[in-house]
Amino acid sequence: MKWSEFFTSSVGKKLVMALTGLFLISFLVVHAGVNACIFKDYFVTTDDGDMFNRAADFMGKTVVIRIMEVVLFLGFLVHIIQGLTLEAQNRSKRKVGYQVSLGSRGSKWYSRSMGLLGTILLIFLILHWWHFWIPSRFTQAGLEEVWMSNGRESHNMFALMQVTFSEWWVVIVYIAACISLAWHLVHGFQSAFRTLGISNSRYITLANTLGIGYSVLIPLLFALMPLSFKMGWIGA
Amino acid sequence: MFDSKIRAGKLEEKWVDYKGHCKLVNPANKRKLEIIIVGTGLAGASAAAALAEQGYKVKAFCFQDSPRRAHSIAAQGGINAAKNYQNDGDSVFRLFYDTIKGGDYRAREANVHRLAEVSANIIDQCVAQGVPFAREYGGLLNNRSFGGTQVKRTFYAAGQTGQQLLIGAYQAMERQVALGNVTMYNRHEMLEVVLIDGKARGIIARDLVSGKLERHFGHAVLLCTGGYGNVFYLSTNAMGSNVTAAWKAHRKGALFANPCFTQIHPTCIPVTGDHQSKLTLMSESLRNDGRIWVPKKQNDTRKANDIPEEERDYFLERRYPAFGNLVPRDVASRAAKERCDAGYGVGTTKQAVYLDFRYNLINKYGRAEASKKGIHNPDEATLVAFGKEVVKEEYGNLFDMYEKITGENPYEVPMRIYPAVHYTMGGLWVDYELMTNVPGLYSLGEANFSDHGANRLGASALMQGLADGYFVIPYTIGNYLADEIATKPIPTSHEAFEAAERNVSDRISTLMNIRGKQTVESFHKRLGKIMWEKCGMARNAQGLQEAVKEIQALKKEFWNDVRIPGDINEMNPELDKAGRVADFIELGELMCIDAMERNESCGGHFREEYQTPDGEALRQDDQYMYVAAWEMKGEHQWQLHKEELKYEVIKPTQRNYK
Amino acid sequence: MEHYTMNLTLKVWKQKNANTAGSFETYQVKDISSEMSFLEMFDVLNEQLIREGKEPIAFDHDCREGICGMCSMYINGRPHGPWHGTTTCQLHMRAFKDGDTIVVEPWRANAFPVVKDLVVDRTSFDRIIQAGGYISANTGSAVDGNAIPIDKNKADKAFAAAACIGCGACVAACKNSSAMLFVSAKVSHLALLPQGEVERKSRVLNMVSQMDKEGFGSCTFTQACEAVCPKEISVSNISRLNGEYIIAGLTSENS
Repeated sequence: MKWSEFFTSSVGKKLVMALTGLFLISFLVVHAGVNACIFKDYFVTTDDGDMFNRAADFMGKTVVIRIMEVVLFLGFLVHIIQGLTLEAQNRSKRKVGYQVSLGSRGSKWYSRSMGLLGTILLIFLILHWWHFWIPSRFTQAGLEEVWMSNGRESHNMFALMQVTFSEWWVVIVYIAACISLAWHLVHGFQSAFRTLGISNSRYITLANTLGIGYSVLIPLLFALMPLSFKMGWIGA
Repeated sequence: MFDSKIRAGKLEEKWVDYKGHCKLVNPANKRKLEIIIVGTGLAGASAAAALAEQGYKVKAFCFQDSPRRAHSIAAQGGINAAKNYQNDGDSVFRLFYDTIKGGDYRAREANVHRLAEVSANIIDQCVAQGVPFAREYGGLLNNRSFGGTQVKRTFYAAGQTGQQLLIGAYQAMERQVALGNVTMYNRHEMLEVVLIDGKARGIIARDLVSGKLERHFGHAVLLCTGGYGNVFYLSTNAMGSNVTAAWKAHRKGALFANPCFTQIHPTCIPVTGDHQSKLTLMSESLRNDGRIWVPKKQNDTRKANDIPEEERDYFLERRYPAFGNLVPRDVASRAAKERCDAGYGVGTTKQAVYLDFRYNLINKYGRAEASKKGIHNPDEATLVAFGKEVVKEEYGNLFDMYEKITGENPYEVPMRIYPAVHYTMGGLWVDYELMTNVPGLYSLGEANFSDHGANRLGASALMQGLADGYFVIPYTIGNYLADEIATKPIPTSHEAFEAAERNVSDRISTLMNIRGKQTVESFHKRLGKIMWEKCGMARNAQGLQEAVKEIQALKKEFWNDVRIPGDINEMNPELDKAGRVADFIELGELMCIDAMERNESCGGHFREEYQTPDGEALRQDDQYMYVAAWEMKGEHQWQLHKEELKYEVIKPTQRNYK
Repeated sequence: MEHYTMNLTLKVWKQKNANTAGSFETYQVKDISSEMSFLEMFDVLNEQLIREGKEPIAFDHDCREGICGMCSMYINGRPHGPWHGTTTCQLHMRAFKDGDTIVVEPWRANAFPVVKDLVVDRTSFDRIIQAGGYISANTGSAVDGNAIPIDKNKADKAFAAAACIGCGACVAACKNSSAMLFVSAKVSHLALLPQGEVERKSRVLNMVSQMDKEGFGSCTFTQACEAVCPKEISVSNISRLNGEYIIAGLTSENS
C-alpha cells in the first residue's frame, strides 16, 4: 500500500484528523500552562505579569520552540483543511435527505456538530491571532517593552492581554470560544483514541474519563484568563 | 421405475466406492463447463462455492436482494455431526440410525448413511471458514442435544446457527464471485427450465427489478430452492419461500416425491389473528431446557404461574419417559394438538401449550453457577438470577424475539407455543447423485426429497444442505459432466430457449390480463386454510377428497378473478407472488392426492384412520414401504411411480420413544 | 398484555423507479390491531390499495423474524422504527397509538440508490464482502474442528460481530452515510479468529478500499449506528477495524 493511499482512504483521513488533533491537544496543555503564569499576579500582586512575560519571552526566543511553532502551524492547517474537506465529503454522501431526522436518538449533538464547532473555533483562531500572535511576531502594534526580573527586555504581553480583555465583547467571545472548544474536545479526545484503534473497553473508558476531565479543565482555565482581567482579579 | 443408482456392496462402503469410481473432469475442461445454480441458501451457496473452487463456471440466482438473505439464515438451533466430541457414544452409524428411525423408515439407507459420513467434514469446513460455533472455556467446540436422539451431537452458534453457516457459505461464494468463477444474479426468479434433447440446458429467469425475461445456458442446472411450506400460507418459512422453481421442473417431467410429507414443528409462537402473515419458530433447542405442560384441569383460566406444580401435566414426560421433552417433532406436535383438542389448551385461543424454563433455569443452570461461585445455600432469587444469565447466553435472541412478538417476558412467564408448518421432507425426486429423472437437472437441500423420510430430525436440515453442496455434488456432477466436455455452450437463440421464453411470457400476460377482483394474498390465504385443515397435522380420506375438489375450484377461480396491479416491465411484487401462488395451488392438489394415496400414518403424515390404540402413527410397511414419485400427466393428472425402499441394515420397527 | 385497535395516518415515500423523482403519499388505515407486526400493517394497507385499484407500496421483506436483514424502513426518523435492537419486521403495532401519523422513508444514501418506493439497492455490501470478507479455505481442505482451540471470550466476541444481518440501518442512520459498522463487524469477526489470521492484513485494506469506492462516507464516531443496529453490534468493532487498518497499512510491503 502506498503512503498516499494509506492517508487518503476514509480511515487514513480520520487518522490524520486524530493525529493532528492529539498534537493540538498536547499543544493546548503547553499553551494553557504558559498562559496560566498570569495567575501569579493573583497570588503575588507585585508580579504584574513578570512570570508570564518571562515564559512568553522564553517561548519566543528559543529555537526549538520556534521550529515547533512552524510544525504547530502546519498541524492547525492540516487539521482545519482536512476537517472541512471531510465534512463536505461526508455531507455529499446523501444527496436526498430525510423528511424526519434521527436527531439525538443515539448520538450526541456535539458529536454530529464537529464541523460546526470546528468552524467556530477557526473564526475564533483568526481573531485570536489578530489579537496576540500577529502583534507579537510581526507588527508589534500596541506592544510596549518591559524589563523583566531576569534582566532581559521583552514585549509586555501581559499588558497587551490586559488591554485586549478590557472590552466586554472580547471577553464574551473568548468564553464562547472556550465553550465550543470544550464540546469539540469532549468528542475529539475519545474519538481520536478510537481512531487509533483502541477497542479494549477498559481503555475506552479510560480515554472517555480522561477526555471529559481534559475537556472541562483546559477550556475552563482558558476562559478564566479574559474573565480574570476583566473582573480585575489580576493586573489591577 | 427410475433408477436410484445406488451401488451394490456394503452400506458403509457405498460412498467410498462411488467416489473411487465416478468419472472425473479434468481442470482444463471444468473451465469450459457452465453450471446454473438456482437458490443461494445453504445448499445453493455451498454448491456454488465448492464447484467454482474446482474451476466450473457458475451462474447463481436468487430472488432476494442479496444471496445472504436466503431462508437458511433463519435456522436457529444447530447442525448435527457425528463427531462424538462428547464421548457419549455417538458414531456415524448412530447418526445414520437416528435419522432413519426419526424419518419413520421412509428414507433411503444409502443416502442417509452418506449424510452421516460427511457430517463431520462439514463442521471442519465451517470452522475453517470462521463460523463462530459455541465453545467451552477450554476453547473446544460445544454441543447440545436435539429431539429424537440420546447423544449430544448438535453444534450451534447461540440461536443463530443457520445464519452463521449461511454467512460462511455466502462468503465462500462471494470469494468466487470476486475471482470471476461465479456470476451472481440477485433479484432474479427462475421461471422455466429449458430442455434440449431431453437434457436440462438452461433456464428462463425474470429480472425482478426490470421485469425483463432472460435466457441463461448451462451444461447442468441445480435447483437449490428450498421447501414449499408456504403452500399452507402460514408457516415458519420466509414470505418469499416458494415452490416455483421445483414446480416448473416438475411440469417439465421431473418427478415430485412424497409431497405430502410435511413437518409440523411443535414449538412456534401461536397465531394471534387473521392479519397474521407468518409464524415464528422457537428453536427445538429450547426443549433441551424447557418443559412442556398444560394444566391438568380442562379450560383452566388461571395464569401459568398461579397453577401449582401438582396441577400441571407434563404430557411429553408422562407419555414418553425415555425421550421426554426431546421426542421427535412429529410426535411432540401431535401430542400438543391432542391436549388442545381435548380442551386443555392455554392462552386466549386455547390453541397453545406452555414451554416452561423455570425448572432448568433454577435447578440446572442456577445451581451450577452458584456452585461455581462457591455459594452453598442459595435462595431461589439468586438461583433465578444466575440461571437467567446462562439462559440468556444460550437462547437470548430467541427470548428477545418472543418478547417482541408477544409482549410477554419468557424469563418470567412460560412461553405459549403451538405447532406450525416448518419443513417439507418431500420434494423433487433425485437419485443417489442428486440428479432428478431429467438428465442434467439436479436438486439439492430441502428442495429434494432424499434424506429425511417422513419426518426430519432437528438440526439435520443444515447438515443436509451443506452435505449436498460441499461434499456430494462436487463428486456426482462430474460423473455427468464428464460426458459433456464436448458440448459447446448452446446459444440462447436456440428454438428451445425461444419456446420456453414464449411460454413464460404468455403465462405472465395471461395473469396480468385477468384483471379480476380478488387479491393474490386472499387466494393464498384460502389455499392455506384448506391445506391446514384437511392436509395438515391430521388427515383423513374424506377430508382429502374434499380438499382436492376445493383446490380445483380455487384454481379455476384464481385464473378467472385474480387482480394484479402494476405492469409487467417493472418491479411488481404482486406479479411475482401471483406466479408463486398459482404454482402452490397446483402443488396443494398433488399433496392431497399423495396423502390420500398413502393409506398409513408415518412420521409427519398422520392419517387418522391409521393409528395405534394410544394414538401413535401406524405404518403399513407391507404396502407403503416406497417413495411415491409423481409424474405430471396433464391438468389435475398425475401418475404414481413407486421406488421401493430396501432396508438392508436396519430392521424397521414401530418407532418407540417411550 | 392489553390489546387495542387504532386508526393511523401514513406518509410513505413513493417512487416509481430509480430514474424518476419520488414524493410522499398519504394513506389512512383503520382498525389496526396492536398485535400486528409493522409489516402486517403494510400488508393490510396494500390489500386495501389493490382492492381500490391503486398501486401498492413496494418494500423489501422476507423472513419476518429479524434475521435475513431484508426489511429496511426508516420509520419516523429512525431506521427500523422506535424499538431498540429490533428490525422493522419485528416491530409490532403496540409501539403506536390511535391517531398517530407515521412517516416511512427508504434508506437514504448515495451508495443505496432507491429501486422503487421503499426498496433500495444494497449490493454495495456484497461487493465489500467480495473484496475480502471471507477466509480462503477451499472445500475439503479443513483440519479437524477442534484442532485449534479458540479462547471462548474471543469466539463470543467474533460471534457478536458476526451476528450482523447486513440490513444497512447503520448507513441509514449515519449522518455521513458511513458503512463502517457493517465493514468493521466483518473485519472483527474474522480478525478475532485464528483461522482469519492469514489474510488479516489484506482483508482490512481491501474491504476499506472497496467501501470507499462504493461511495460511503467516513466514520466520525457519532455512534448513531450502534444505537439503531437491530443486532446491537458494538462500535468497538470500528475501533478494532481502525487498529487493524493502521497496522496493516504501516506494515504492508506492497507499493
